[in-house]
Amino acid sequence: MPDQTKPATDRPVKHPPDLPGCTKKLGPPIVEIESVVKKFGDFTAVDGVSLDIFEGEFLCLLGGSGCGKTTLLRMMAGFEQPTSGRLLIDGKDMAGVPPYERPVNMMFQSYALFPHMTVEQNIAFGLRQDGMPRAARAKRVAEMLALVELERFALRKPHQLSGGQRQRVALARALAKHPRVLLLDEPLSALDKKLRERTQLDLVNIQERTGITFVVVTHDQEEAMTMADRVAIMDQGWIVQIDAPQAMYEYPNTRFVAEFFGDVNMFEGVLEEDEPDHVRIRSDELPVPIFVGHGISGREGATVWAALRPEKLTLSSEPPNQPHNWAEGVVKDIVYLGSTSTYIVELTSGKRVRSTIANHARDVEWTITWEDRVFVSWTARSPVVVTS
Amino acid sequence: MTSWRRNGFLITALGFGFAFLYVPIFLLILYSFNGGRLVTVWAGFSTKWYGELLHNEQLLGAAWISLRIAVTTASFATVLGTMAALAMVRFGRFGGRTLFSGMLSAPLVMPEVITGLASLLLFVSMERLLGWPEGRGVTTITIAHITFCTAYVAVVMQARLQDMDRSIEEAAMDLGARPLKVFFVITIPVIAPALVAGWLLSFTLSLDDLVIASFVSGPASSTLPMVVFSSIRLGVSPEINALATLLVVLATVAIAAVGWLQVRQERLSTRLAQGADAD
Amino acid sequence: MNAPAPVSLRHRVNQARLRLQASGQRLVIAVPFGWLLLFFLLPFALVLKISFAEFRIGIPPFTDLVTFTDQAYLRVTLAFSNYLRMVEDRQYLVAYLNSLRIAGGSTLIALLIGYPMAYAIARAPKGPRAVLLFLVVLPFWTSFLIRVYAWVGLLKGNGLINAALLSLGIIDQPLLIAGSDWGVHIGIVYSYLPFMILPLYATLEKLDPSLLEAAHDLGCRPWKAFLTVTLPLSMPGVIAGCMLVFIPAVGEFVIPELLGGADTFMIGRVLWNEFFLNRDWPVASAVAVVMLVLLVAPIMLFQHLQSREAPAKTEARP
Repeated sequence: MPDQTKPATDRPVKHPPDLPGCTKKLGPPIVEIESVVKKFGDFTAVDGVSLDIFEGEFLCLLGGSGCGKTTLLRMMAGFEQPTSGRLLIDGKDMAGVPPYERPVNMMFQSYALFPHMTVEQNIAFGLRQDGMPRAARAKRVAEMLALVELERFALRKPHQLSGGQRQRVALARALAKHPRVLLLDEPLSALDKKLRERTQLDLVNIQERTGITFVVVTHDQEEAMTMADRVAIMDQGWIVQIDAPQAMYEYPNTRFVAEFFGDVNMFEGVLEEDEPDHVRIRSDELPVPIFVGHGISGREGATVWAALRPEKLTLSSEPPNQPHNWAEGVVKDIVYLGSTSTYIVELTSGKRVRSTIANHARDVEWTITWEDRVFVSWTARSPVVVTS
Repeated sequence: MTSWRRNGFLITALGFGFAFLYVPIFLLILYSFNGGRLVTVWAGFSTKWYGELLHNEQLLGAAWISLRIAVTTASFATVLGTMAALAMVRFGRFGGRTLFSGMLSAPLVMPEVITGLASLLLFVSMERLLGWPEGRGVTTITIAHITFCTAYVAVVMQARLQDMDRSIEEAAMDLGARPLKVFFVITIPVIAPALVAGWLLSFTLSLDDLVIASFVSGPASSTLPMVVFSSIRLGVSPEINALATLLVVLATVAIAAVGWLQVRQERLSTRLAQGADAD
Repeated sequence: MNAPAPVSLRHRVNQARLRLQASGQRLVIAVPFGWLLLFFLLPFALVLKISFAEFRIGIPPFTDLVTFTDQAYLRVTLAFSNYLRMVEDRQYLVAYLNSLRIAGGSTLIALLIGYPMAYAIARAPKGPRAVLLFLVVLPFWTSFLIRVYAWVGLLKGNGLINAALLSLGIIDQPLLIAGSDWGVHIGIVYSYLPFMILPLYATLEKLDPSLLEAAHDLGCRPWKAFLTVTLPLSMPGVIAGCMLVFIPAVGEFVIPELLGGADTFMIGRVLWNEFFLNRDWPVASAVAVVMLVLLVAPIMLFQHLQSREAPAKTEARP
């Protein structure tokens, strides 16, 4: 479990993080970003980011538009120079090193396929720049075409391909040089939902097979969750939290992360009691205190927020038999989503909360429906307390 | 879209406008095949004026001069105009940018008599100070033409460069190509149709210019428009009709080729965009 | 930088390459910039200079402004006589007013013909639109002189239009269209119509049709919607088109020469005559300077529009 009080930017030791639920072993840091700032005139796009990316890792830079994620990626590729700070790739300072001399390759959001070249020529372009002999080049191109299953389209021009095929050509072209790091700028944003979900898994497969470090910029939280070993959430030019997706979801370190990364019910309250083994929070939005089964080392009397994921709220018609962690309300809306349903409950305090119930749990006895009076409750392990 | 066809006013306006634009040219072509010398009286179909055209040494000589000037002009203006467009679109702010952009758009509207007179005065002063250019002729006409054609090419190329997806060039650089190589292997092929259009535009403008050439030409360098102009002043002649017909046909073929190139390019980029734009 | 990196050889090579790249960029700017300075801007300075010189017979046919007297003093002689003539001789004033009137009138006619055409083309389905646009551009690629010439044959006293009207009995005397201001109007509108239609089309085509649908949906009648939505939004195109017609038309020489009468004096023609017939270069220069002063405001307006149309896409990416 990550230490929530320490800012993510402070990392004196450079060994790869443990990845919960993942068998992958990461190597030494391959990209080291040290207090990098990038300004465009008065606008600060990247505001003091420090980050290590480890060999073999699949990292997602996640954030809304204008958070600086693309600028950070373009600085790694060499299209932008940091205003201050250092950026090392393979231990070498990249200051002044142009894009064409960096051991990284990029896959562009628009794919940026050369419209006047065939698929084959597009993939061979980078190899040609390295002066790779013809035979070796042909072999590598064939490998790449096989990797992305485009053998039959080798002689087509980009405009003769579908969106999904173009996406794969762009990927093959960027992988052809076997870069140390592959940078992907919103690689799936141009695909429709179905294709996007399939391609997410393809990308993960290809990454595992090639062992190349992937850095993916995305604004899609689900995409990051599906693909990444680690996710770095960015906001206003800096990294708010960096963690494995599961840890990020279960233990967000701020309200921003909790709300950005998945759905959440947020209760504002005052820290009443903070012991090593439990915390009690008094909230005006709830009739009883919130009881959390661990300590947070906060100041008593401080304002804190308790974040509760919708799937951790249970509904019942009878009042729960516990002195904490419940509230009374009225069902205002039910959103049926196939495998789950989300109930929107208006508490007596006026606050609306969301509770997600798996539909297989709704057996014949289940009678809760619109305008019913219900009780919402949760366990002491469910809430996450954040202080900012 | 059927409402468009049903809008009588718009259809009438289009019909009238195009009739206004094309009837004079059709009549001109028609009467180039007139057997008689009078333009108002139809005296049977004949191609004899085309035959006479082929034997008019003065016209042919002038056409040859004009052609040489136009080819040189178009080639130089395409290079200069493309450089200017690159400077305007790619290099951000630089000292004198406002002046530069002013000098690029002013020739588009500047009355030709002013440009012509100004160019002449420059050549005269240069000759007195530097001894070059010696007298006036093909060289001075070419320089004056390059100057205003550069502005036209710059407009065409600026539009194209702005439309171009810059990440294509970034991708090439990312894959290891140096900037100069990127320009020749990626940028030039991608903007090629616009280059062709700019070249043809300059070629036509140079071939067509009467006023500026009149100011800066010398005794032995009458261009085609100058010869045609002096002959028109004397009155309408079927021979000029024949020449006009040839020029119109030439221009139509040229622009059809350019149009085809551009349509092709457009299809290409729209198809590319279909995948990339859906964000 | 927080920790200054050791200055390695590699770093120095990179710096040198960046400098080389920068000097390459400077070259790309400098060549066309220098060319235009020398062959476009400098000539205007010379026109201004020579407009203050005096006519003399010789080569070149004007006096020097700067001379050295016997005592090696620098003497600058500015002759304002050329400009005085502009004011004193009514011929020039009339020519300027004629030019403005004819150019203005022709611009208005071109706008009235061109706007509905541009609108119709912009609203046309994709297929026909390309063809219609092609038909607008085509005359622009055919020789200007030839197109004016086509009207000479039509409009002359014994031209086709008169012959047709006479034989139909509509008129009993040939109309004097060629040789009047009307001939010049027709010639200018005909020659410059594509310049009017293209910028209009460009703005009208960009106009989102759903704006008009929204106006209709909110209860606006088509004609009113046109006046309150389409027309204001197409003003940049209207202004650009009008400038592209008006400015060159003011200085037009060929059209008044071929389609105007002996008394249709436009300023381009006056300049031409001063230069080619009277060989008076200083007066021709003064005429040009005054014409430029008249056109400075419209040219600036045009340039302002041009630079707004094409803002440098070099802004930072967020």
